[in-house]
Amino acid sequence: MSGAVQQAPEVVGGPPGQPSRGAWRALREAGALLARQREATVFVVDVLLIIYFGFISTVGRQAFFTHTNLITVTQLAAPIIILALGEVMLLICGEIDLSVGFIYQLAPFIMYFLITDYHVPGLLAILIALLSGPVIGWFNGFLTVALGLPSFIATLGTGFIINGIVLTTSGAQQQDIPPEVKGIGHWIGQYAWAEITFAVILTAIFHILLTRTRWGLHTVATGGNQLGAREAGVSVARIKYGNFMLTGFLGSLVGLQIAFQISIIDPTSGGYIPMFYAVAAAVIGGTAMLGGSGTIIGAFFGGILLAVLTNGFSVVGISAYPLPIIFGGAILLAMIANVQLTRLRDRGKA
Amino acid sequence: MTEQAQQDPAVPPSADDDVLRVEHISKKYGAVTALVDVDMHLRRGEVLGLIGDNGAGKSTLIKIICGFQPPTSGRIFMDGQEITFKSVDHARSLGIDVVYQDLALVNQLTVYENMFLNREPVRWPLLRKKKMRKEAQEHLDSMGIKTLKSVDLQVASLSGGQRQSIAVARSVFSNAKILLLDEPLAAMGVKEGAMILDLVRDLKAQGMAIIIIAHNYGQVFPVVDRVNLLRGGKITFDKYSQETSVEELTEMVVAEYRKALEERHRAAS
Repeated sequence: MSGAVQQAPEVVGGPPGQPSRGAWRALREAGALLARQREATVFVVDVLLIIYFGFISTVGRQAFFTHTNLITVTQLAAPIIILALGEVMLLICGEIDLSVGFIYQLAPFIMYFLITDYHVPGLLAILIALLSGPVIGWFNGFLTVALGLPSFIATLGTGFIINGIVLTTSGAQQQDIPPEVKGIGHWIGQYAWAEITFAVILTAIFHILLTRTRWGLHTVATGGNQLGAREAGVSVARIKYGNFMLTGFLGSLVGLQIAFQISIIDPTSGGYIPMFYAVAAAVIGGTAMLGGSGTIIGAFFGGILLAVLTNGFSVVGISAYPLPIIFGGAILLAMIANVQLTRLRDRGKA
Repeated sequence: MTEQAQQDPAVPPSADDDVLRVEHISKKYGAVTALVDVDMHLRRGEVLGLIGDNGAGKSTLIKIICGFQPPTSGRIFMDGQEITFKSVDHARSLGIDVVYQDLALVNQLTVYENMFLNREPVRWPLLRKKKMRKEAQEHLDSMGIKTLKSVDLQVASLSGGQRQSIAVARSVFSNAKILLLDEPLAAMGVKEGAMILDLVRDLKAQGMAIIIIAHNYGQVFPVVDRVNLLRGGKITFDKYSQETSVEELTEMVVAEYRKALEERHRAAS
């Protein structure tokens, strides 16, 4: 980068209207830096989007940076981010969880039925609801590791089953939050900043988990070279079970948060859409689907990107219909970057 | 004994102690017999070349020695004591380690992370990365592996020879006493190959016992003390390298190849 700075005078001296060599080099170096640091790329896109919606667009200037709207953005981003944390860990170790949105759907109903039908104390009911995620995660792990199903299919199946259980037991009826848990509910999801606070703290924890602990190292090893990891004595099965269980936990947490946030336990919340947003955030953030590589911070910024886009469109008053085109484009661009950069790196080695 | 070996590497180490000995090893997979009554031994500080065609039983023998699978019958001795390997981990804990060319390392991890894989020092809950870097670097230095710019490099960015030396270094690092190198020079240039052979010589000088499994025995012949030829599940040839030559080995392998061809012709006609 210092080279680019030294080249700056050339830009000034160059013939006007023609891109000088120095400018090109600066651009190329900036590009290379962004390419190396995938999180930085997404971060820059986030900032540009926020600048556009918040300062440039005429409507957005008045509406984007209002207190209410900022809360809306964070409440859009937080669930995507939290679910993405689990998906990143799973994608790195070579698996995926399609059922997490249904774990999200199920958890608040478990809490509700425990309190109303079984008179379990509120706090305990919340705890059991939170544990339902890891239990389902364990079952996903069992299907994948012990029975050898591809996790894509295994979790597709469990997802449908959980959905069916929720619809059957609830009679597809919405329920109110039981009064016993309204107090603690504020802290979990009802206070304006509760969800994003959880998201930020969990991001920090998962980032450390991935980059600075044995668990993270073994997760990368499992996805990068499963045979080699097993050869070295890494318990590949334990890593996979564990990451399914972590993802399940995050799913049930998000389910409770959303229920408290909207003050209703809704059998149609959750499902495949939030899960796909989470996977999209992970991919946009730089996590490859091939296993062995991925970033937590990238997924965080990927989640922000999806939320800011969704919110920005509605704030600025652009029709929301073309939004999926942009999402799809972002996913493809991110994936092309993932694949091509890996190819470039491998070619550079040879 | 070690002194003698260092003074004159051409003189084979004395025969009084086998670090590893297998007796009457047979292995059957259902109706298929992979190994028939194999006897093999390996001495301290010795480099044994194990050669043989595809399907001769090399990998079966290696899998038995490294604890991956038990033999159908036969006995295994380490330092004179009979032993039954329960698993790869068990064999490794006793000091036997296999280095596979492509299997060994995780491309997405750095050199030092690979060196410590599954033995990472931890100050709970965090990895002691500084300690890992430092010790990995020291260990590579002590082994004379100097082609790496940094232990922070991702393994994906290394050459085949560098990867192989890291894989070997990792085994040594984990206190292996017996190394099994599976095709250590496969897909490697001359310069890279020479680097690995130097590494083998260094390890041998330090008293490591090594079995090299190689197709291209011409390439590894200069570092090998003794050659065993495996053919049809049996060891049909066992000589010190001073008593044989690459030419003799070639003749033998070619003769076998002819015999096999003739047999096939006879069977066809």
